[in-house]
Formats: sequence, structure tokens, C-alpha cells
Amino acid sequence: MEDTIDTNAERKCWMGLLAKAPEGRAAALLDAALTRPGFTWLRAPEIGSVMVRGRAGGTGAPFNLGEMTVTRCALKLSGGAVGHAYIQGRRKACAEAAALIDALMQTHAGADLRASVLEPLAAEQAAAKQARAAKAAATKVDFFTMVRGED
Amino acid sequence: MYVAVKGGERAIENAHAWLAEERRGDTGVAELDIAQIREQLSLSVNRVMAEGSLYDQDLAALAIKQARGDLIEAIFLIRAYRTTLPRFGCSEAVDTGAMACDRRISATFKDVPGGQVLGPTFDYTHRLLDFKLAADGEVPPAPEREATTAPVPHVTGFLNREGLIEEAPQDDTPPPDLTREPLEMPAERPLRLQALTRADEGFTLSLAYSTQRGYGRNHAFVGELRIGTVPVEMEIPELGFAIEIGEISLTECETVNQFTGSKSEPPQFTRGYGLVFGQTERKAISMALVDRALRWKELGEDDAGAPAQDAEFVLYHCDNIQATGFLEHIKLPHYVDFQSELELVRKLRREAGADQSHAGGTS
Repeated sequence: MEDTIDTNAERKCWMGLLAKAPEGRAAALLDAALTRPGFTWLRAPEIGSVMVRGRAGGTGAPFNLGEMTVTRCALKLSGGAVGHAYIQGRRKACAEAAALIDALMQTHAGADLRASVLEPLAAEQAAAKQARAAKAAATKVDFFTMVRGED
Repeated sequence: MYVAVKGGERAIENAHAWLAEERRGDTGVAELDIAQIREQLSLSVNRVMAEGSLYDQDLAALAIKQARGDLIEAIFLIRAYRTTLPRFGCSEAVDTGAMACDRRISATFKDVPGGQVLGPTFDYTHRLLDFKLAADGEVPPAPEREATTAPVPHVTGFLNREGLIEEAPQDDTPPPDLTREPLEMPAERPLRLQALTRADEGFTLSLAYSTQRGYGRNHAFVGELRIGTVPVEMEIPELGFAIEIGEISLTECETVNQFTGSKSEPPQFTRGYGLVFGQTERKAISMALVDRALRWKELGEDDAGAPAQDAEFVLYHCDNIQATGFLEHIKLPHYVDFQSELELVRKLRREAGADQSHAGGTS
């Protein structure tokens, strides 16, 4: 059981990375790493929406904030591994690459792909986040009190 | 009597062809592409996503191009497209406490932990036209400073510690959805918040302003305004666990409102809440003020009869697509309706002898 939880946590992490990857990036890294294996569609890429929720006051009762576009698909490798993708936007080719990576991560190719696809994606996303945070930090106000001239 | 009228087809086709030509404008000027609109008119894109109630920057940019920059028309296009999408499910509620903030300010606490972070704001600009923008597009890179990406705590948390502000305890009741069931009164807060977050910015702004001028006054301060990105998580049935499916940018505003207490509540600060897609702070602040005004009943306040306190008035008039649909339909052919009105007025005038007095030249 513990194994399942650990595997799920890792899978959750890489699926999140793939969902947030910029247009075409995951596919480019995948194709640089290996030749795509054959697969069959369990669910061909499909564009739809997900209703995003917020909470009143940030922490209270949930409410419907609005929808976002999402592309999903599922496929099966000849070896039996099943890959899923749910990614933001209308991006069928990206969804296909994400589902392939998800499936391949469950095979012996996983270790290679971790180094050649997931780690670069994670590093790029962290760098982009860090660059924005650094610009925000530069706009932080440093208050200082003027000396009052009354006495 | 219903009279079918035909004959407009060619005129309509030609009108559409001319519309396309006018949309393009002078062909000697380079055509806008979707990426330019997305990147350089991003606040228009954000408004279209928020009021169109669909987060997709490229679609919003396309709608703006197609609508020749008419944002309500663009919102209409997005709303119409939205109805064609199958819905895969609902996300977990986003955690705005974990937001990667571009901007985060508090008007109530100068020394708030995490600091006052101004972000890419128009505030403190001089509102003078910048003719350099008409010349070249070179922009020096924005300065950077060492930063952590640790989450910044919500300001209201600090007041909560002293019990000086009402709490917003977690509750997991599935919210109603006005895109699935018609909006009906009385509307609970989750339904009101859904209507307000997609409401017309101008209408929401005016109502919020009316509360500041005294129509249902509730003495709002901006406790916190934050803009940034949050991940969106959804439980995936075929996996049996939740994953991040993307990341969206949001503006959140929490107001802190003076409250002297009522029959049911002790004196403490109360809260209004605004949460809107994209960088949309005028709308988020407006939403928070109107949300707070609409809460008068649950807080045991008096009904001052102010428009912003009237949920039925606010919620049934805040949607610009409903409003423009009903408003603009009166310009479409009403020949038959009008013919019967004309007959009626002529008949009434005959009965009143008005035709004779008109003939007599009174004016």
C-alpha cells in the first residue's frame, strides 16, 4: 500500500509538470530523448473544460469561479503501460506527448526520461518562477521614517 | 398575425463582407496576430476571460480580434464557445494562500509580513501619454532582487489571531452553478460570488462606488490585494487521485470593513471578497465591496434600500451578455409589433379627435 502512495505521489508530480509545460516543450524533450513507441488510443485527444473553484474569503465555502480549457487523452503502450494526460489549454499534440511520457515513466525507460524530460522541465519552470519572484521582490517597498523636525 | 418577411439575405451577406474589410482596416498597416493581442493587450484579454468565464488567453485574444476590440462582443463570443465544450469536471478549490504573487499590497497594515510588493502596477504612474511608445518598442529589462518563492500569508490571518475579524471557516458544500441551473432568489453567497466574478466590470465598479458614496455604506479598506498564479488541481476519476492540470493567474481582494455589531454579531471587522481571473484589480476590489454590501442580512444590518444591497437587482442586471442581448434585440426588425402599435395609436387619436386638432395647427 505504501508503495502505491509513493508511486502516486511521484506520478502526480510529473503529470503536474507536464500539464504546465509550455507549448511543444514536453514533445521536444521527449523526441530528443527517444523514438516514440507505438501505442493505441484508449481515449483520443479531446478538448473540454474544467470548472475552477475558489473559496469565499479564501478559506470558506467553495464557489464556481469560471471554466478553463483542458485537453485530455489516454493511451496504451504495446507493453501494457497506460498513460493519461489532462493539460491546460487546447493542445492535442501536447496532450499526446504528455500521455506518452506518463506511460513511459512506468516502464524501464522511466529513469532516462526522468533525467532527459522531467528534470529539465522542472528546472525551467522553477527558473521562470524565480525570475518573476525576483522582479516582484524588486518592487517591494522599503519604508523608512523621515526625521520629524519638531524638536 | 405573423408575417414572414424575406429579402434581407444579400444585404446581410454584403454587410458581413464589409464588416470583415473594416475589421482588417487599412491593409497598408500590418495585421495584428493573436500572439500580439495576447502579449500586448493582456489586460483586455484578462477582462474577456473573466467576464467570458473561460480561462484561455489565446481564445480571448482571438475573440478580441474578431470583435474589432469590442470587449463585450468578445465576451459574447467566448460565452458562446464555452457552451460547446464538454465539461470534464470541477477543480479542487484553488489555494490563494499558496499564490506566487506578482503583486501583494495591504492598505491596512504597513509592515505586513511578506511586505508591500507593488508589482507591475499603473499606480504611481503620472497618467501622462508616453509618446516614446509610439516610436520604438525597446524596453530595458525590469530590475530584479533576491527573492524566495515561499508562499506569502494572507493578511486577514493576522487580525484573526486577535478575534477582531470574522472568520471564513472551511466548508465543503458543493456550490450551485448558474451555468447549469437558472439563477434564482434567494441566492446564497457562493452563487452571488459566481455571478459577481463574471459580472460586467463597469456595472460592478459603479455599484461598489455607490456604496462608498453612502448607498449602503460599509466602510471598506483593502485589507489585501494580491495578483499572481495558482496551480489548479483536479481529482481524476480514472487515476483515483488529484493532479495539477494547469496554472492560472488570479486577482484576489479582501476588504476589511468597519462593523459596530448587530443583534446577532459582536463588534468586529467583517469581510468582503473578490476573486477574478487574470490581472483584474479594479474588478476584484469592486466585487469585494459589492459582496460585502450584499451580506447585510446575514450580518444583521439594516436594509438601507440601497441598490448594492438588493441581490435581485444586482444579480439580475450584472451580466453584460444578458443585458446586451436584451438591450440590442430592440434594434432588430420589429415591423409587425410596431405596425400594431401604430394602428392602436391612430385609433386612439381618432377617438380623442386628435387628428382634428392637429389639422387645426396647434403646437
